[in-house]
Amino acid sequence: MPGKTYVQTNINGEHVDFLCEPRQSLLECLRDVIGLTGTKEGCNDGNCGACTVEMDGRIVTSCLVLGVEAEGKEITTIEGIADGSTLHPIQQSFLENAALQCGICTPGFIVASKSLLDQNPDPTEHEIRFWLANNLCRCTGYDKIIRAVQDAAVKMQEA
Amino acid sequence: MATTRDYEPNVVLSNQDYNVVGTRPLRPDGADKVTGRALYGADFAAAGLLSGSVLRSPHAHARIKSIDTSKAEALDGVRAVVTSADFPQGGEGPVVWQRDNVLASDKALYRGHAIAAVAAASPHIAEEAVSLIDVDYEVLTPVTDVQSSMKGDAPILHDSLMTDELGEKADKASNVASHFQHVKGDVKAGFKEADVVIEREFTTKTVHQGYIEPQAATALWNNDGRLHIWCSTQGSFAARDACAKILDIPVSQIRVVPLEIGGGFGGKIDVYLEPVAALLSKKTGTPVKLVMSRADVLQGTGPTPGSYAKIKIGAKKDGTITAAHAYLAMEAGAYPGSPVGAGAMCVLAPYDLENALVDGYDVVVNKPKTAAYRAPGAPNAAFAGEQVIDEVAKAIGMDPIDFRMKNAAKEGTRQVHGPTFPRVGYEEVLEAMKSHPHYNAPLDGPNQGRGVAVGFWFNIGFDSACNIAVNADGTVTLQEGSTDIGGTRASIAMQAAEVLTLPYEKVHPTVVDTDTIGFTAVTGGSRTTFATGWAAYEAAQDVRTKMIDRAAQIWEVDADTVELEDAVFKSKSDPELSMTFAELAGQLGRSGGGITGTAAVSPSGVGGAFAGNIVDVEVDPETGKTEILRFTVVQDAGKAIHPSYVEGQMQGGAVQGIGWALNEEYYMSDSGTMDNVSLLDYRMPTSLDLPMIDTVIVEVANPGHPYGVRGVGEAPIIPPTPAIANAIENAIGTRLFALPMNPAAVAKAVMDK
Ligand code: FES
Ligand code: FES
Repeated sequence: MPGKTYVQTNINGEHVDFLCEPRQSLLECLRDVIGLTGTKEGCNDGNCGACTVEMDGRIVTSCLVLGVEAEGKEITTIEGIADGSTLHPIQQSFLENAALQCGICTPGFIVASKSLLDQNPDPTEHEIRFWLANNLCRCTGYDKIIRAVQDAAVKMQEA
Repeated sequence: MATTRDYEPNVVLSNQDYNVVGTRPLRPDGADKVTGRALYGADFAAAGLLSGSVLRSPHAHARIKSIDTSKAEALDGVRAVVTSADFPQGGEGPVVWQRDNVLASDKALYRGHAIAAVAAASPHIAEEAVSLIDVDYEVLTPVTDVQSSMKGDAPILHDSLMTDELGEKADKASNVASHFQHVKGDVKAGFKEADVVIEREFTTKTVHQGYIEPQAATALWNNDGRLHIWCSTQGSFAARDACAKILDIPVSQIRVVPLEIGGGFGGKIDVYLEPVAALLSKKTGTPVKLVMSRADVLQGTGPTPGSYAKIKIGAKKDGTITAAHAYLAMEAGAYPGSPVGAGAMCVLAPYDLENALVDGYDVVVNKPKTAAYRAPGAPNAAFAGEQVIDEVAKAIGMDPIDFRMKNAAKEGTRQVHGPTFPRVGYEEVLEAMKSHPHYNAPLDGPNQGRGVAVGFWFNIGFDSACNIAVNADGTVTLQEGSTDIGGTRASIAMQAAEVLTLPYEKVHPTVVDTDTIGFTAVTGGSRTTFATGWAAYEAAQDVRTKMIDRAAQIWEVDADTVELEDAVFKSKSDPELSMTFAELAGQLGRSGGGITGTAAVSPSGVGGAFAGNIVDVEVDPETGKTEILRFTVVQDAGKAIHPSYVEGQMQGGAVQGIGWALNEEYYMSDSGTMDNVSLLDYRMPTSLDLPMIDTVIVEVANPGHPYGVRGVGEAPIIPPTPAIANAIENAIGTRLFALPMNPAAVAKAVMDK
């Protein structure tokens, strides 16, 4: 078995270094090596979006990124979305709009929605649906998720 | 694409107002779930934790001649390997089936059937070890669909399985586990009276619950002999009891700790990994975690059955249904127990019929053992029944909602399988559909169509327990045993808050393990807000009575004179005597000790739920693609404790139904294996496939519950497939009789027209 690789990265604003096997995905490294279990695995092949994180300003499905590829990158996970003890407006909107039932898809949706609103502060319903099309939710039928993102957009513009 | 809205998308037609019940507070577990802090099945960690992996059969049907685990055991980092031989043996019937489904013994009965499992230092080592296990299979011919499996020459799955034919055991092995009938009146005579008789055949494919969180379980068989299990389950007690049976140990030897659950829809009631993790932990003396891959989930856990149905309905010109016959055959998967029984109870339930006959067949096939999926059996049946209803209405020239109204089941209607309906809200649902702006809006386009359909689900009661303790600061803590899949911590706490006249925020609910609370049945059957809510109501009444007694004791007045209103205790005997809930709570210690309330209930006054859909589609006649333009769900909730989460159930169920209608299916190869084992190819609806899902909550109080609650979780998945089929028929002028109605099928129907 090949040895482990030393990876230096920045996660949620903090310098993080870790050792990982070449075959470990970023998702595995986050969850099993670093202990950030907020990022979820639903499929491990890029098709559910539960493992969505932001890497150097773009959202990626972390199950399709190797841990070693995180070298020198800036990564934001669900654990880095709130501002200390204050929830991000998207997190607040998800709660207020009952946009989660089981909640397993929620971290991925929140990370993806934040990236959308960072780039497009006033998206149409269609733009939201398009952006979130790689995030599967089996519980909600998406209605309340779309409304939560719309609501968050308003809140963020007002702020 | 999006319709312009000149109406309220989400309406509650309320029957009674309360202080807390019927409001929309934030869920108590919300902060944890939006920050990534909530711990789900796979998130559990423990010192010395080993990772496991499961070897699964590559064949749909094979005899297991031998299993050689020596190479796997020799791999560096491997700590234990188990097979079915490690389970206590013996028993017969269901317990053997359950055990064999968890780890196959003599036969692999479906591709993905678990054969052996490994515990190792890392998941990758465990996977490697699994690939080193040698299994000598004698490959047998599989049979993977219900109609082929019922034929006399079909390959037999179980040599010991004889058909239970209307209560009589046959004497020859068969894949038909049972055939039952429900009879009312005289169908032959009824069909003779009809002016119009329509008979059609329908098929549906296997589909999966599709929860986003794969199954995960960790077990520790401790050195004192106690088995601890941390898992993602719909029922910690059900998981405990199933493990006890399979492992042949007393239930008290097991403690199940439910972690957060990432969706279930019925699919996380049965155990798969728990007993295997337990065996591995017993061998290693350390905790062992097993987590399924998505392929394992699709191939190794219960889907809902493929099915065949034949429906015959006769009606007079005036719209009276004179007779109905439903023939339903459903795949059980590898072991008996398809949901055909429930399908048979629901298929004709919306109709007040004088003459009806239902035939049900439970049939084993070489696919994973089916598990519950949201109103199990009912959507398969409704896809058939509700299309024939539509066709009959059309044939006699009646509006489909009026036709249903004319024949509507109501209080006092005897259902075909026997029970008589108590107060139900079906007519109110139909009225709300008929008067909804959606039903009266014009369609605009040549390939657009509108369809309606309804569905019934009976819901269940069963056991639930609840403990409530008063804190010195005037809040209460609430413990319950129902795992929370979609906001039930809130809906249960709200019922306690209502009784105690406290604001919702003062009730802190926790889902606890099987050592901490009385027996509580699964979160399933749409029972949780009904039955565990009722337990919370009773436990809160217990607290309320004790608090009133205490106030009376402190004031030295008769308890009958003390009232609790808006969180203030008052005595009718002396207007000066008044004390807030918090003030009394603060003096419990000095006035005789703390106060707790408990309740264990098994409510019988279950209220069935009717749901209806109105759906507009646009079909592209070239490609056959169906787009959902507008979708409205109407449902009788009895009382919506937390309307947002009731709407969530209605919308989520509708969208699962849309996926079932238009895309989802197991593609089975000739060798009996599933070909589309990823979420790319097993295509569930995405946000881009859908419009907003509008809702109307109708509230016809269930007389069997203190706040009128019925169940809401399951009914919403029943009407979508027939409603969409009826809409497609309306759009293209021809009817589809098979699910899914994917682009290829619709394009073919257009071409064949
Ligand atoms: S786990 Fe990465 S996309 Fe599903
Ligand atoms: S809330 Fe359960 S999958 Fe989205």
